[in-house]
Order: sequence, then structure tokens, then C-alpha cells
Amino acid sequence: MTLALIDYGAGNLHSVANALKAAGATDVAITADPDVVAKADRVVLPGVGSFKACAEGLNAIDGLVQAMEARVLTDKVPFLGICVGMQLLATRGVEHGITQGLGWIPGEVRLLEPADASIKIPHMGWNDVIVAPGAPLVAGGEGYFLHSYHFVPEDEAHVLARTAHGVPVVAAVGRDNIVGAQFHPEKSQKFGLDLLTRFLDWQG
Amino acid sequence: MSVRIRVIPCLDVRDGRVVKGVNFVDLIDAGDPVEQARAYDAAGADELCFLDISASHEGRGTLLDVVRRTAEVCFMPLTVGGGVRSAEDARALLLAGADKVAVNSAAVSRPEVVSDIAEKFGSQCIVASVDARQVEPGRWEIFTHGGRKATGIDALEHAIKLAELGAGELLVTSMDGDGTQNGYDLALTRTIADAVSVPVIASGGVGNLDHLVAGVTQGHASAVLAASIFHFGKHTIAEAHEALRAAGLPARA
Repeated sequence: MTLALIDYGAGNLHSVANALKAAGATDVAITADPDVVAKADRVVLPGVGSFKACAEGLNAIDGLVQAMEARVLTDKVPFLGICVGMQLLATRGVEHGITQGLGWIPGEVRLLEPADASIKIPHMGWNDVIVAPGAPLVAGGEGYFLHSYHFVPEDEAHVLARTAHGVPVVAAVGRDNIVGAQFHPEKSQKFGLDLLTRFLDWQG
Repeated sequence: MSVRIRVIPCLDVRDGRVVKGVNFVDLIDAGDPVEQARAYDAAGADELCFLDISASHEGRGTLLDVVRRTAEVCFMPLTVGGGVRSAEDARALLLAGADKVAVNSAAVSRPEVVSDIAEKFGSQCIVASVDARQVEPGRWEIFTHGGRKATGIDALEHAIKLAELGAGELLVTSMDGDGTQNGYDLALTRTIADAVSVPVIASGGVGNLDHLVAGVTQGHASAVLAASIFHFGKHTIAEAHEALRAAGLPARA
């Protein structure tokens, strides 16, 4: 089983690769090559930093988004997006101006704006992951979050898990063979590694 | 549902070896930062901090190797500080596997280094250090060289500036308290935490679990950093979490 871990210059790639290996992955290809993505059995999109920088980095690689769309949307191989990699699933982000996302899960990525000024931004640290009934892959527990923007999906049915940081925060989104986690499984000790192990077994 | 108070053990690393050691049982090589990191990972530390105190260039290369090996076996956020002077230094550490870099003295002489790193890698990966001493009641100044050299810079103004420049969090260390085991400088921590919108990590002076609790309840910190109480086996991470929970604060179970 080949897993394509997308390298588009914006990710915390090696942490995710290390965690996937610890979770049992044997063939992790760190790649930006559309031909490798086109044959992968799993696709993982990491991401840290800003939505805009990540979206631009992804779009700058010729044929990569098309290959991801063919493999994930048409061939339906399991996909996992992490943090900004999850946010990129949205229609658009509003960090540093409006930027188009992949649009695989309709919604918008907006700044976290808790009414209580004593609540610190970024949302940084371990917080609850409360799973929606019937959600695949994601389990309840405590995950490590690190973000200032959050995914606001158009359709509630796409919310797989929630948390809160002064305001309700979507902790995971998904549909069909696609899952995105706002928290960092690669930095969430056993809770995170277990999720990655399930992802490796997941048939979508 | 609320974000947990983070308990962060900090290891001093010099030339690839831990200086202030941990007396965990079962460590084959207690001077190996990777083994200690692994032990803290297993103990449920919320994050880990390496502070590099290598003086030499070779020491830096060794540090990158330590960070790389640590990232392979530790699945919690790792902050690495000490000697980060440029976005290039930050890049090397992040590529090796650090999740965040802490900027110390460079942020005093050239605060723009914070915005350089934030623009390239995002605010989430930059921890700006505020090393301060009290100069009169209610006023603190930034000190460098391990607290020996005054800079004349007001600590509160400096902290606000670092947050504005894009630091994702501030590591506030009382140079008066560091190493004393008398507790954090709560007034300093609170003054800064109340003035900035980013999280503040309290540091310097922890001698017991009550100090950790006070850092949050009275210092308004979002995270508590400590070294010796954990290293010398006085308390475990689980005990720290338990003390926070007993005080009604959110901490990991």
C-alpha cells in the first residue's frame, strides 16, 4: 500500500511522515509528483502556516491538484487532511485576503473570534474531540490543536467532530472517503497515532 | 470543553547532551535528550522544550541531529530554543522536526526576526522569549546574558511588540526567579498575559506543584514550564495535571 504524503513546501511533513510510520505505514512517499499521487492508495495533505500560502503552494505545482482530484474524488482512495490541509478542503479561506480552496467540502475558513477577550488566540494545546454520531475514523478524546482560523462548513452533515474555544470549533470534517482533522494527529500522542492507524486500514 | 493548561518540561541541551538531567528510572543513557524526550512523551507531557546552550558551531549541528531523532519517536509538540538568530536558523530546526522555535536574545537586538519567521513559517511556530527582572515595583526590564545584562527595555512594552510582530506565544521568564524554586514572578506573568492576546507560558522558579497552579490562577498563564521539579523526580507530569485539575483548571486526564 503506497501512501502519498503531499509535499508542497508548506507542511510539517517529517512529523507527519514519522507518525504515519509509527502508526504502521510501510510505504510513505513524500511527493509532489502527480504521477505518484495518481497511483497512491492513500493521500495525506499536511499543512501549517497560512491558508493563502498553503493554497498557493499547492496550486503552484503543475498537475498536482488535478491528480489529487482524480485519485480522491473519482477513484475514491482514502484522503486525510491535517490542520491547514483540512482547511484547504473548504471552498475558500479569508486569511490574508480571499483565497480559493479545493472546494471538496463546501464551507469557509474564518478567523476564530471568541467574544471573551481573555480567550487566547491561537487556539493552542490539547482540547476535547467530541465525535458526531456515526462519524467514520475519528474517535473521541483529546487532540492537540494549533490554529487561529477555523473551518465553517455549509452542511452540518460534513461535521465529524467538534471542540470549542470560546466559540464552537469544528474539529473534523468529512464525507465519503475524505476526512480532515483540525487537530494534529501527529502531535497527539496515542490518540493521534490511533487515528492514523485506523486511517491506514480505512476503506473510505 | 476548553483548551487544557499545558505542562511543559524543559531540557537544557549542550553539544547534544542533556545538562540538567532527569533521573527517570530505566534510562540507559540519562544524558541522551532523545531518551528523556521519549520518557516525557510516555509520561504524557503536553509539549516538550529543548533549550540549546551550546556555545560552538559543532554543538548546533549536533542539536539538529538530536531534534531529528527526537521527532522520530516523540509525538507531542517540540519547541527548540537557544541561538535562533534568523529565519534560516528557524528553518533548519523546523526541517529537522521542531514544531516551534523559541527566539531569545535575537528578539531583543532585532525584534524583526520574529516577523521574518512568522511571515515565512506562520505565527504558530514562533515562541518569543521575554526574559525580565523587576527594576521597581510593577516595572520589569528585559535582561540578557542569563539575567546579568540590563537592556533598559521595558518588559511589558517589549512583550506587546513581540506579539504584534507575529509571535504565536510568549515565554515569560523571571530572571529573578529562575533557579530559585520560589515560584514564578506572578505579577510579571499576569501583567504581560493580560496585555496580549496570544498565550503566555510562565517560566522560571518553579519549586512545587502549587507554583504551577499559581502561574495560571494568579499569573493568568496558558501554559506552565518547569525543569528541576520534573527532572529530579520530585513530581511527575501526572501529578502536575492532577494539581491543576484539583484547582479547578482544565488539564489532561
